[in-house]
Amino acid sequence: MGATYEFYKGLWKENPVFRMVMGMCPTLAVTNAAINGVAMGLATAFVLVCSNIVVALIKTLIPSKVRIPAYVIIIATFVTIADLILAAYFPDIQKVLGLFIPLIVVNCVILARAEAFASKSNVRLSILDALGMGIGFTWALTLLGIIREILGMGSIFGISLFGEGYISWIIFILPPGAFLTLGLLIAFFNAFSKNKAEDSCCH
Amino acid sequence: MELLLLFISQVLVNNFVLARFLGICPFLGVSKRTEVAFSMGLATTFVMTLSAIATWLVQNFILIPFGMQRFLQYVAFILIIASLVQFVEMFLKKTSPTLYQSLGIFLPLITTNCAILGLALLAALNEYSLIQSTIFGFGAGVGFTLAITAMAGIREHIEFSDIPAAFKGVPITLVTAAIMAMAFLGFSGLIPM
Repeated sequence: MGATYEFYKGLWKENPVFRMVMGMCPTLAVTNAAINGVAMGLATAFVLVCSNIVVALIKTLIPSKVRIPAYVIIIATFVTIADLILAAYFPDIQKVLGLFIPLIVVNCVILARAEAFASKSNVRLSILDALGMGIGFTWALTLLGIIREILGMGSIFGISLFGEGYISWIIFILPPGAFLTLGLLIAFFNAFSKNKAEDSCCH
Repeated sequence: MELLLLFISQVLVNNFVLARFLGICPFLGVSKRTEVAFSMGLATTFVMTLSAIATWLVQNFILIPFGMQRFLQYVAFILIIASLVQFVEMFLKKTSPTLYQSLGIFLPLITTNCAILGLALLAALNEYSLIQSTIFGFGAGVGFTLAITAMAGIREHIEFSDIPAAFKGVPITLVTAAIMAMAFLGFSGLIPM
């Protein structure tokens, strides 16, 4: 298992959304437009990389009994930083994502990478792992956002595709559309790949 | 009356799981058996109500007076929730072993349940009073219990159905959730927002 594998595995083989079925709340909630999916994915990737670095650096200093609260506080700190950066430079996106930026704190992808990977390996591999997972999470959210935006609003990244005559399927930008799109996508990927998606998430 | 409306809106109209996408992880992960799902719902309702009260107190007596709510809110809230869950676990273990046996295994999972943190942040965002926050937390918990128990009931039946191989597991659960969410959309006209 080389260093490149640690990077590539997050893209497809252990993709957090389609294979591991983790971080479902932001995946379903913010993907009603492609741009929101990109923004949420990048914000999560930022927190993931930073927290993986810090956890890998101080893993020997944390007593194992309080490691989970310690990781959560590290993650919460970087989420606050990400939130303030978004509020300062991209206030529109920060408003749209709203509640789901602070909820990156309890995104199980991040805690799972800290616990399962960064706490057991060095900084270089942890960064590669976080980058792979972050990019895997981002493309998954973007794909969902693109599909839901095309069907639900007839546009892609805000650019209208079909002109005036298109009757948009509002259901796809409402909550049921999120569940349905992700369910069908995972079924589609299951049908064309040897490994199936994990049965449950987080635990 | 206003409080009753708040309660009903949290249970049906703005259901945490099906309308707000909070607490999806346990909703998908712990919904295989009805009894287990119901216990999980009870444990979550309990922690939600308590954490709504605790985070309200910290928000209004510590964070706001010292002007720290913009910078320390996330860290403070997640710490309160984590320690509250730990405390509830120890308290139950000591006082009610039977209750601990049915709820105990779920308590550690609840810390990373985004419904709890989401609830605290929403209550702070809407500037609810202490009573409103408590009702909000309790209503959200009841809504969560309703959704997860109904889901488990459906999944118990799906298990014996002949479904395409690709849909087995997560995909069929998500499609079921989609249909449930559609049904819950029907409640949206119930309360004028």
